[in-house]
Amino acid sequence: MKKLLLTTAAFALTASLGFSDVIRMGTEGAYPPYNFINDKGEVDGFERELGDELCKRAALTCEWITNDWDTIIPNLVSGNYDTIIAGMSITAERDEVIDFTNSYTQPDPSAYLALSADVDLAGGVIAAQSNTIQAAHIASTGGATLVEFPTPEETISAVRNGEADAVLADKTYLSPIAAENTDLVFAGDDIMLGGGVGMGIRESDSELKTKFSAAIDSMKADGSLNALIVKWEIGATF
Amino acid sequence: MEELKRFLIFSFCSEPETLGNLQWLSCYLTTIKHSELYKSVFVVLLLLAITAPVSLMFGFGGAMAARSRIWVINGFGRLYIAIVRGVPDIAFFMFFVIALDQALEWLRHHTLCPDWSDAIWQGNDFVVCPEAKMPLSAASQWVHNSYSFALAILTFSIVFGAFAANVLFGAMRAVPGAQIETADAYGMTRRQTFWRIIVPQMWVYALPGLSNLWMILIKATPLLFLLGIEDIVYWARELGGSKTAKFTSYPHGDLRMWYFLALLVFYLAFTRISEIVLDRLMARLTFGQAITGGDSQRAGKT
Repeated sequence: MKKLLLTTAAFALTASLGFSDVIRMGTEGAYPPYNFINDKGEVDGFERELGDELCKRAALTCEWITNDWDTIIPNLVSGNYDTIIAGMSITAERDEVIDFTNSYTQPDPSAYLALSADVDLAGGVIAAQSNTIQAAHIASTGGATLVEFPTPEETISAVRNGEADAVLADKTYLSPIAAENTDLVFAGDDIMLGGGVGMGIRESDSELKTKFSAAIDSMKADGSLNALIVKWEIGATF
Repeated sequence: MEELKRFLIFSFCSEPETLGNLQWLSCYLTTIKHSELYKSVFVVLLLLAITAPVSLMFGFGGAMAARSRIWVINGFGRLYIAIVRGVPDIAFFMFFVIALDQALEWLRHHTLCPDWSDAIWQGNDFVVCPEAKMPLSAASQWVHNSYSFALAILTFSIVFGAFAANVLFGAMRAVPGAQIETADAYGMTRRQTFWRIIVPQMWVYALPGLSNLWMILIKATPLLFLLGIEDIVYWARELGGSKTAKFTSYPHGDLRMWYFLALLVFYLAFTRISEIVLDRLMARLTFGQAITGGDSQRAGKT
C-alpha cells in the first residue's frame, strides 16, 4: 500500500513537472452570459470563450475552476488559482487588494429589475449580490435599504417573493431574464458603475498581468473581442 | 446541439423543446450536469464512511491522552478536547483549512526551494515557488479535488474527534468500579485492565453519545461547500436556480424548493437508516452487560 502511494506520488510529481505553466482560471459559474455551467456541467459563456482564446494567444495552458463569489478574491491571493475571470468590474477598492488586466468590456450600465415599473427605487428595499459594485452603490447613496445575497439567482427570487422591491445588477445579466419573464420589468434609469470588466491577478504576478493584457489588446485590435461581445450581448463594443 | 447528442441517454432528448412533461423530465434529469449532482451524493457518503472511523480513532486517542498519568500527554489531550469543542465549526473550517494548506506550502517551499529570494508574504499575496504548491498547479483536476477532499476529511475528523474523545472519556469512567477492582485483585496491570476490562465494556456507555455525533456529522456535510467541494447542496442550488432559454436546452423557473425537498428526503431517509442500525448495535452491545438494558434482555430470555 505504502509503495503504491509512493509510486503514485512520484508519478504525479514527474508528470506535472513537464509542463509547468498551467494557469488556473477562477470563475463563479452562476452569472450568465458572462459565465455559467452549461448542460454538460462545464464552464460556458462569454468569459469561457474569451479566456480560452486569451490563453491561446498568450501560449498558456489554462484550466477552469469554479469558486463562490464571496471568497473569490481571498482564494486568489492565497494562491488557489491564478486569475479571476468572473465578470468582475474594475474598481479602486478591489484594485487595492488585487491587480486588474486591461478591461475586456466597456463599462456596463447597471439597471433595476422589479415587478412593476413604478416601484420606489429611492426609498424602497433593493436587492444586490454581496461584494458587488451595485451593493456598494446602494449602501453609499443612502435612502434605499440594501439586502445582500451571495448569488445572483437569489437576488431575482427576492424580488419575485416580495422580499425586495427591486434588484440592482449588471444590465447584461438582467436583460435575458427580463426578456423571458413577463412578470419582471426594468424600472428607473440605468446607472453607470465601475470601469469595465477585467481579469483579476495577484499583485505579485505582474508578468501574468502583462501577458493577459497584451492578449486582450491583440483581441481588441483584430476585432475578435467585439465579435464575442456581440455574440454574447455584453453591452457596447470597443 | 449536435455535440450534445453524444451524451444523450434517451434518443428523444435531442429536441427537448418539443417534449411532453414526463419525457422532458426524464431528459432533464439525465443531463451531464445532473450526473454531477448524483456523483456528489457519493462524495458525501464517502466522506461519512471515511470520517466516521477516523474521528473515532482521533477520539479514542484523545480520550486515552486525557486519561494519561504523564502530564504532557494528559495536558495535550485535555487541551485538544477543550479547544476544538469550544471553537465554532464554521470558524474552525474557515481558519484551519487555510492555515493548514498554507503551512504545508510554507514547509515545502523551505525544503524544495531554498534558493528562492522573494518573500512569501507580499502584501496580501501568499506566494510560494511553483514546486511547493499543494497540489501543483499543473496537476490534473482530480488531484486538486482529492487534495481538498483529504483536507476536508482531516478537518471533520479533528472536530468530531474532539467530541468523540469527550464521549469516550466519559464512557471509560462509567465502567463499574467493581470491575476494575476485580481486575486489580487478579493482578492485572493498568494497561491490561484498560484493554481487557474497560475498553470492551465502555462501548455500551459510549454508544448514545456516539450515535448523536454520527447524526450531527450527517447533517454537517454541507459544510463541505465551505471548503470548495461541490457537494449536494451546491448542486441543488445551482441546478434549481431558474434558467433562461438562451443558455440551456432545459429552461425552467425557480425549482430550488423541489431540489431542497429532495435533499430533505435524502437526509431524513439516511438518518432513519442510521437509527435502525444503531438500535441493533445497541442491542448487541447491551447483551450480557450488568446494566438495566442487559438485565431486561436476560429476563426476556428465560
